[in-house]
Order: sequence, then C-alpha cells, then structure tokens
Amino acid sequence: MTDTITHTTAAPIRRRVDTTSPEAQAGVRRRYRAEARFKSYGLLAILTAAVFLAVLLIDVVTKSLPAFTTNSLQLDVAIPADFVPADQKYNPAAIRSADYLPLMREALKTAIPGIQGRGPERTLIRLLSTGAPDGIRERLAADPSLIGTTIKAPLLLSDDADLYFKGAGTAITTRATRGTATPSDTTGTITITASGNEFSENLVTVKLALAELARAAITEADRAARSTASGAAERAADLRKQADELLAHAKDAASAELLDSRLPSLLVAINGGLVKITQLAADRIEGEVLLPLSSASEAKPGDWRVVTYTTPESARKINDLEVALLERFKTNGQVERAFNWRFFTSGDSREPELAGLRGAITGTALTLLVTLILCLPIGVAAAIYLEEFAPKNWFTDIIEVNINNLAAVPSIVFGLLGLAMFLNFFGLPRSAPLVGGLVLALLVLPTIIIASRAALKAVPPSIKEAALGVGASHQQAVFHHVLPLAMPGIMTGTIIGMAHALGETAPLLMIGMVAFIVDVPTGITDAATVLPVQIYLWSDLPELAFQAKTAAAIVVLLVFLFVMNGTAIWLRKRFERRW
Amino acid sequence: MDMTTQGIPTAQPYVPAKPATAAKVVARNVNVHYGEKHAIKDVNVDVPDQAVMAFIGPSGCGKSTFLRCINRMNDTIPICRVSGKIEIDSRDIYDPSLDVVQLRARVGMVFQKPNPFPKSIYENVAYGPRIHGLAKSKTDLDEIVTMSLQKAGLFNEVKDRLNDSGTGLSGGQQQRLCIARAIAVSPDIILMDEPCSALDPIATARIEELIDELRSNFCIIIVTHSMQQAARVSQRTAFFHLGVLVEEGETEAIFTNPREERTRDYITGRFG
Repeated sequence: MTDTITHTTAAPIRRRVDTTSPEAQAGVRRRYRAEARFKSYGLLAILTAAVFLAVLLIDVVTKSLPAFTTNSLQLDVAIPADFVPADQKYNPAAIRSADYLPLMREALKTAIPGIQGRGPERTLIRLLSTGAPDGIRERLAADPSLIGTTIKAPLLLSDDADLYFKGAGTAITTRATRGTATPSDTTGTITITASGNEFSENLVTVKLALAELARAAITEADRAARSTASGAAERAADLRKQADELLAHAKDAASAELLDSRLPSLLVAINGGLVKITQLAADRIEGEVLLPLSSASEAKPGDWRVVTYTTPESARKINDLEVALLERFKTNGQVERAFNWRFFTSGDSREPELAGLRGAITGTALTLLVTLILCLPIGVAAAIYLEEFAPKNWFTDIIEVNINNLAAVPSIVFGLLGLAMFLNFFGLPRSAPLVGGLVLALLVLPTIIIASRAALKAVPPSIKEAALGVGASHQQAVFHHVLPLAMPGIMTGTIIGMAHALGETAPLLMIGMVAFIVDVPTGITDAATVLPVQIYLWSDLPELAFQAKTAAAIVVLLVFLFVMNGTAIWLRKRFERRW
Repeated sequence: MDMTTQGIPTAQPYVPAKPATAAKVVARNVNVHYGEKHAIKDVNVDVPDQAVMAFIGPSGCGKSTFLRCINRMNDTIPICRVSGKIEIDSRDIYDPSLDVVQLRARVGMVFQKPNPFPKSIYENVAYGPRIHGLAKSKTDLDEIVTMSLQKAGLFNEVKDRLNDSGTGLSGGQQQRLCIARAIAVSPDIILMDEPCSALDPIATARIEELIDELRSNFCIIIVTHSMQQAARVSQRTAFFHLGVLVEEGETEAIFTNPREERTRDYITGRFG
C-alpha cells in the first residue's frame, strides 16, 4: 500500500544477476554439486537403514521359524480296558488324572521292538515331552468309549528330540561295504568280524581326528603355560601328556582304536539292528548294540553299512541311542511335523516344547486395555481443556512445560513411581495387568496429550469461528466441530502411544510383571506377564529351544506393532478431511 | 502495516448530524485495544434496519475489528479489550447479563473465506436451527433448510445433492452456503466480512444480488475493499481510517460529495 508521503525519485542502483562470467558458472556448478551431494547423503542413509532393517528382520524371522512348527510321533496307543476303574469310566476328572506314562512306554516299545533294560527304556520315554499325553487325555475325557481300544495319536516330542529334526543334531553319512560281516550276537556287547580290511578307511579317519585333538591339546597347553593362574603349569603338563598319548595313537596306523565321545560316532547297521562301535580295528569291531539285531547270521556285502554321526557325542545335546531311535522313527514314517498351535494356546512353561504365548498375549491385551481406558478420555479431555478452555497464563505454561518434560522421563522412573504408589501405598496386587496398565497410562498420557493438542491446533480456526458465528457455544463449537476434525490425529497419537506402551519392559519389571506365570490371566487383578517381558524372560533361559521361542515371540510382538501402526495410518487416511 | 499517524492530521471523531431513524445498531464511543495497540478510536455510528451498510477503508483501518465487535466475536481473542457502548434494539450487547451465544444467534456472520463445515450441505444449514431448537420435527428442519437455501439462491443448484459434502462446492456456492447457514437461524443482523474477496467476478455478482434481495428482511453490515461494491450494494457507507470513523452517510453522498478530504482521496484512489 502507498500513503500520501511523496518519495524522493532518485534512480535506484540496478544490480543484475551475473549469469555469464566463469565465476558465475562455477558458482552454479558448485550449487548443483552441493545439491547432488546432499541428495546422495539422504539416499545413503535410507539404504543403510533399509539394509539394517532387512538384516534384523531376516535374522529374527529365520531364527523364529523352528518355533512355529513342532514334531510329534504318530504312534498307535493301546488303552487297556482297565485303564480307569470301571465305575469311573465316565468321570472325566478320573480319566484326566490317570497315569499315562505306562501307555506311552508301551506305545514306544511297540513301535521299536526289542528295546530292553531300564536305561534304554528311560531314554525312549524321555524322547517324549511331559505334555505328550495331553492330546490323548482330552480325547479320552471327551469320548470314554475309546478306553479298551487302540488309537492313533500324535505324541509330542521333547525339546531336544524336536530340535534334532529341526537340524540341531548331527550330520549322518552312510558308507556301503564290499565284504561280508558276521556279528557275534544280537544284543549286548558284540563283535563284528568283516572280511577284508573293511574298517581301515574309518580307522584312518579316526587317527586323523586324534591328531587334530592332539594339536588342539598342545595349543591349549601353550596357553595354559603362559597363564599366571595357580595350577596352570600342572594343567599345561597334563595337557601335554594327553597330547603325547593322542599323537602316539595317531602315529600307530595299524593299532586298534578305542572310540570315545570326543570323536565322531561310528556305527554299524546290520541285520536290521544298529551297533555302536567302541573299539575299532581294521577288520573287526567291538560295540554296543543300540537297536537289537534280528539274527547273528552273516550279512552279505551291501546288506550292511557303516554309519557315521559326524558331530561327536560330547558336542551335542542328544546321545547316539537317541539319534538312533529318532532315525528309526523317521524311517518308519512316524514323525510328523505340524504347525505349533500350542505356541498360541498355552501359557508359559519350563519345558520349551510346551511353552506358549497365550498368557503373555492375554496379559498384554488386558494391560493395554487398562491403559487405553484410562489414557484416552483423560488425555483427550486434558488436551481439549488446555488447548481450548484454559486461560493462557504462567500456571498453564508450567503445566505445558511439565507435560512435555514428562514425555521424556525414562520409563523406569514411572515403574518406580508405580511400585511406590500403586503397590506400596494403595496396596494393589503385584504383577497384575491393573497396575501395569496404570503405570503404562502414566507413561503414555503425555504422548496422547501432546498429540491431541497438536491435532486440535491443526483444525483451522475458521471452522470454530463458523460455529460460533451461528450461535454455538464455545463448548458446542469444540465438541461438534473441532474435536471430530481432530479425531484422526488424536487416534493416530493414541495408537502410537499404545504401541510405545506395548513394547515397554522396564517399568513392568519394577511392579513384578517379570514373574514366571504359567496360568493364562482371566482378569486385570490376576498375576500376568506381557510380551516384551516374556521375550526378556525366555532370552535368559539356557535351553536351546528357547532361542527360537524368543525369536518367535519377537515376531509376534512386531506383528502386533505393525498391526497397530497400520491401523493408525489407515485411520489417518480414512478420516482425514480436507478443507 | 507500517503506517503511523505521523504526517496526517489527527482525525476528529465523526458524530452523526442527526440520528438515523429506526437505527438497529447504535455504537457510542467504542474503543478497542489489542494489547498495547489502540485499534478502534471512539467510533460512533448508527446502522439502519432493512438496509445495507458498507464499511470501507484501507487495510488495517479497523473496519473488520469493529464489525466483529457487533457479535462479540472479539471475545475469543484474549488480548482484545472493548470499551464504549454498542446497542442492538436499545439493548447493550456488552451487558454482563447478556448471553453471548443468544446474541450471536441474532447477529449472523459471513466470513471472508468461505468456511462451510466439512459436513453435508444439509448439515451445514441444519446445524444452527438444531442447536437452538428451532425445529420441532424433521419436516420442520427440512423446511428451514430448504427455505434458507432458497433465500441464499443456492437451492436449485444443490437440491439433488444435499447429502454431499459442503466443501465440494465451488467457492461462490460455498459462500452462498455460508449465507444460507447464517440466515437459517433467522438473525436480525447479518455481518459480512469481505464476503467476495475470495471469489471471481461472476460469483461476486451473484452474492451482491443476493445481498440486495436479503436487505428487505435483514440489517446487513458489509466490510469491503471494493468501493464499486460498496456503491452497488449499500445504502449507507462508513469510511474508516487508522481506527477512526472518518465519515459516514448516505452512500451516494459519500461517493459523490464527501465532506472529508481523506474520504475523497481514498475513493478517488489517491491512497488505499
């Protein structure tokens, strides 16, 4: 706009933009280079992040895959007619509390005939999980007429046996033979004599392995010799002696060799049985029968084989007999792999094959429910009051600053507050979703308030003015027009806050949600745990199978997060309004 | 706005020579402060009923501020202070016992930028009658909506799509929808704050026609930057400059024979 004051009309100096000189062109090139550099930094950052994310996801997902399937033995289980007393036959409680161990044992012995003695029998029964009879128990309770019949049922394998089929056992190589072999007996400790030096090949391998062990012992001895710890010198001397012995054995190419658990296991499959070699010579072996032979007659060339379990017995969780049994079940076609429904339908357990996430998922759901019920109304109401109604003065400024600060307070502090207030002062139950929800509500409230205020602020003031202009009261204008328009933003903020709460562990440790809880919680005052805490608990357990469980629980948690964030994005897209 | 009063003779507040008959709005010694800034200085004006009054003046002269005093829209600005007296039908609207919501139901407002609610056309118009309980039944409400849209000259264009969003209309239609929304609660006065500044000439012409039709039933106060528009639609015109009401009178008189030199300078385009 102009005004009435007259301007002096001195000609202004005109400065043109220089576009032709070499300096100007160099300047343009410099500008282009700077832009290209900045863009490439951005691209590089995105690619790096994408690679890390991909590696993380691939790692977690591949590690988790074994946990989503489970192996069981498909066996014929004979249920004797007197399994439960006749008068209790239709009492499900009696059926459930009956002893299923003999049933399992008989079924296993039927599947692999000839297993004798307490030791092998115990090994056999230990292949099964303690939860193996669960399926049969429920079937019998539901249908007592099955008592006295033989049913085909899947029996859950124990974690080590299960892992064996998932590749955590040993590689197995089989070598065909050229000569004949004659076993001395069908069970116990036997010798097998072969025509020709049938085992010399194996003997060489064993000698090489011994030399390797000797070298390892020498290295270890050198390290011990350098050590200043007490007894290191003795240990070094000891190791050297061992190494010398091993080397002596290794050099004597012709001598028979005693096999121990440090060496790969050698076995002979002959006449339908399996013999574990304990002493190896070039033409004959001595060994323990793992699976009984059908006869002691001479085996023709090609009818018997030498089997090697490459991983030494001492380096795996599962012994030779167990491997032999599992391999036998596998050849019989009795091993069945299925989706691990139990992982989603049962609570936590000390047995990896029985442990499930249902307790943690239910606990998470209950905790988040409490959080949401508390947070959403309080947070949104606080945001509306502060944004629309509160007078703007030093007091509300302090409140605003404090809310922003609360959003940055470490979550463990909220856990301590929960411990001091809810548990010690109000005496609420420990480990309960109620308390967890309360603590997480404290954590999420600032996020929701800040997000809701931003959403309310983003609604154009013209909408509120329009409402006021037709005679709506301030409250009507806010609740009828501003709030509905701010709702997508509020929902997004709330869901992101809840997703944050979903992954929170530290404050829940403080209020005792870290306990080992088997039962699935049924209410907000039951003891419970939540997904991230379950991950934390499982990651600490020594059993190998829990590694996969941990990864699988992480996958479930991530799926929850993706679903929640996806919902937030969908809500924003769906209800976003343009004006 | 960087203009100061320096170099300009201090304006004398305008006092109407004779009170207009049937004055609907009477303002006496109205002063408005935004914090430290003295935005309106001792404004006295009488607005006649069943006529259009135009407020003209350069940007930042306080005409919109004064307009917003008449339905107390300035209450929503915390730093804004209003003193003096504004009466509608001899009733002081700044009387603490007066309910501002009822006041705004009687004094409708149309804003510079069309601001329909992001709801259906029907809901836009029905909202006011609904919150004030003007309709006893759905049929009643339908009738009010139809009447309002007809009065706003929009009904024939939208009668088949009353449930479509109000924000999907063109700018001129949106502004007429806002007018329909304002008249749906049957106010006595309609305040229009530069209602055509965001519209093209054809839409502007339609709104101007509409204002002329509405004049017989309402007291209309319009703030405008366009002197041609003021000349076309208004019966009385008030010229504001630097927060002072410089001159007020019959529109024809203001435009053909202004008493004040500044008014003449402004309407002849020497400044503004």
